Amino acid sequence: MKELEYPFDSAYIMKKRRSLRKTLLADGSARVKKKVAVLGGSTTNDIVAIAELFLLNNGIEPTFYQSEYAQYWQDAMFPSEELASFEPDIVFIHTTNRNITAYPQITDSREDVQALLDNEFDRFKRMWEAVSARFKCPIIQNNFEMPLFRLMGNKDSSDYRGRERFITRLNEKFYDYADNTPNFYINDLNYISASYGLKEWSNPLFWNMYKYALCFDAIPEFAFNTANIIKSVFGKNKKALALDLDNTLWGGVVGDDGVEHIQIGQETGVSQSYYEFQSYLKAQRQLGVMLTVCSKNDEENAIAGLNHPEGALKPDDFIIIKANWENKDRNIAETAAQLNILPDSIVFVDDNPAERAIVRAQLPGVSVPEMDSVENYIQTLDRSGFFDITTFSDDDLKRNDMYKANVERAAQQAAFENYEDYLLSLDMDAVIDDFTPMYIERITQLSNKSNQFNVTTKRYTTAEMEAVFASDEYIRLYGKLIDKFGDNGVVSVVIGKKDGDTLNMELWLMSCRVLKRDMEFAMLDTLVEKCREQGIKTIKGYYYPTAKNKMVRELYGTFGFDKISEDSDGNTVWTLDVASYQKRCNVIRIHGNNE
Amino acid sequence: MTEEEIYERLNDVFRDVFDDDTIEVDDLTTADDIDDWDSLEHINLIAAVEKEFGIKFRMGEVSTMKDVGEMVEIIMSRI
Repeated sequence: MKELEYPFDSAYIMKKRRSLRKTLLADGSARVKKKVAVLGGSTTNDIVAIAELFLLNNGIEPTFYQSEYAQYWQDAMFPSEELASFEPDIVFIHTTNRNITAYPQITDSREDVQALLDNEFDRFKRMWEAVSARFKCPIIQNNFEMPLFRLMGNKDSSDYRGRERFITRLNEKFYDYADNTPNFYINDLNYISASYGLKEWSNPLFWNMYKYALCFDAIPEFAFNTANIIKSVFGKNKKALALDLDNTLWGGVVGDDGVEHIQIGQETGVSQSYYEFQSYLKAQRQLGVMLTVCSKNDEENAIAGLNHPEGALKPDDFIIIKANWENKDRNIAETAAQLNILPDSIVFVDDNPAERAIVRAQLPGVSVPEMDSVENYIQTLDRSGFFDITTFSDDDLKRNDMYKANVERAAQQAAFENYEDYLLSLDMDAVIDDFTPMYIERITQLSNKSNQFNVTTKRYTTAEMEAVFASDEYIRLYGKLIDKFGDNGVVSVVIGKKDGDTLNMELWLMSCRVLKRDMEFAMLDTLVEKCREQGIKTIKGYYYPTAKNKMVRELYGTFGFDKISEDSDGNTVWTLDVASYQKRCNVIRIHGNNE
Repeated sequence: MTEEEIYERLNDVFRDVFDDDTIEVDDLTTADDIDDWDSLEHINLIAAVEKEFGIKFRMGEVSTMKDVGEMVEIIMSRI
C-alpha cells in the first residue's frame, strides 16, 4: 500500500489508521500470523497500532500483547499469566532513556560511575536472559536515544559523569551483547531519533501528558523501523533490485547522448551523486542483494554505459541485464522467473514516474519507491528498509555469484538434447547429512525464507532450530550442492520426527535456485538410508497448501509416496514404505559431513 | 474562518479518526457520545485537530477541554 511506503505522511497514517487497517485486512492477501509481545517502559498503544499497519503491509498479520504501563521489567522477570499463555513469537522491549534508573552524579568517582553502568546493564541482561530462557524466541531491544539536555554542555559527551557519555557507554555494552547473542536484535532508536531531530523527538510534553517517550508525530517513523526488524526476522525482506539505467544509474540518456557524455564519476556534482549511488548499490551487492538491470535501451548501449571507466558498477555486477524495448513489467516478471524468486521479492528502481506507475499497476507485489531526484536515491532506498539485516551468513556474501552461475547454467542447458546428459555435465557433488553447528544459522534462514518449494511452510526461530538439533527424536538433513560452476551453499533442509517406526515429515524445503537438478531425489535417497539405519519402516509426508507452494503439491507423489488422505482445504497426507524404496538420484555424488 | 466552517472541518477530522461517517459533532458533543473516544484515542484526535487547523493546544488545555464547544473556542482564538 503506497500510503505505508517510505517516505510516508505520518500525520495521515495516524489519522487514518482505522480505515487503513480495514483496507489492508480486506485485501485478500495471504499473511503469516505472528504473536508479538511488547514490553514497554512507556506508553506503547499507538506504536503498536501503527506497527500493525506496517506489518500487515509486509505479509505479516500480528497479534499483540502489551505490558501494563511501564511494567516491562516485571513482565520479563515474572511474566503475567496473560503473557505466559500468549507464547510470543517475538518479544520487543521498548525502553528509552526515560527508563535508565540512575545517572551519574557530579560527585561520583570513576569507580562509582563504572558500578552504576554495570548495574544498569546487568538489570537489562538479566531480563533478556529470563525472556530468552522462558520464551525461546527472538528479542528486539531498543538502544538509548541521546539525552534532551546536556548538564555539562559539550563536556557531557566526554566527561565520565556526563549523561551523554553514560548513555553512549551503555549503548556500547548493549551492542557487545547483541554482537555475541544470536536472536537478539537492537532497534536503533538512537539513529532514528537523531535522524528525526532529537529536539522534536524528545519534546517533554508527550512524556508529561501521555507518558510517551517520543513525540506523537514520530510514532510512524519509529513503528516503521521496528516493523522492519520484525519482517526481516520472519523472512519478509526483499531479495533483488531491478534497476533502470538512464537518469537512474547515470545522468543523461546513453543512447542519445553517447557514452562519453553521460554523467557519472567525479567531474561534476551531478556525476558524483550518481557515482555515490552506484557505490551504494555495489555495497548492497556485497551484502547479498541481487542486482539486475531493467532498462529501455539497446543492449549494446546499456553495456557501454555500464562499462564507463568512471562508474562504480560494471556489467559483471549484475546477475541479469534486461536492456530491450519490452514493457518493464514483463521484463521484471521474467527476471523473477529466471532467478526463481517471486516478483514481490523485487524492488524496482526507476526515475520515470510513468514506468513506475505501470509496474505498480501490473505487478502489485513489486515494491516501487519514489525516485525523484538523484541526491535522494540513497536515502529513499536505505530508509525504506527493504533489506534490513538481522542475520548475515557467508551465503549472503556469495549470493550474487551463485545466481550468476545459475544463469550461465541455463544458457548451457540449451546445448544438450537430453536433460540427464545436461545434469551429468554439471558434475554435481552434494553434502547431505545431519545438521552441523556451522550451518544452523543458514538452515534457520532457509526455513524462514523458502515459500515455493516448501511442503509445510513451517517456520523456525534459531532457538527452535537449535532445539530440533539437540533432540534425538528427529532425523534431520541439510543438503549443500556444488557443481562445476560453483558452490550453491546449503539449499535444502528436511526434518522428520520419529514416532515408533514411523517418521513424520515436519519440513521439506529446497531453495528454488537448484530446481530441476534432482537434488530433492538425492535428499530422499539419503533420508531413506538414514531411516533404514534407525529402524524406521514408514515415512509420512504432509502437504499444506499456501498461495505460494503449488509447485510441491505432488512432490510426495513424484517421490513414490501413496496419497492416503486429502481434506477439503487441499491438505494431503502421504506414506512411503521404506523397505521397497529404490534409489532415485543418479546424477549427483552424495557425501557425508566428514568426507 | 467562520464557526460553521470550523465545525464542518472538525466533523471531517472526527470521522477520519474514528472511521465512522455517521458522526455529527456539535458544541455539546463529549467523549461519552462517541464509542471509541477514550483517553488513548484522545491523543490521536488532538494531534489530528492540530494538524487540520495548524495550531497547537497548550498542555493544560488538552486535559481540561469538556466538550467540542470548548475545543472550537480554543481553535477560534488561535487562527
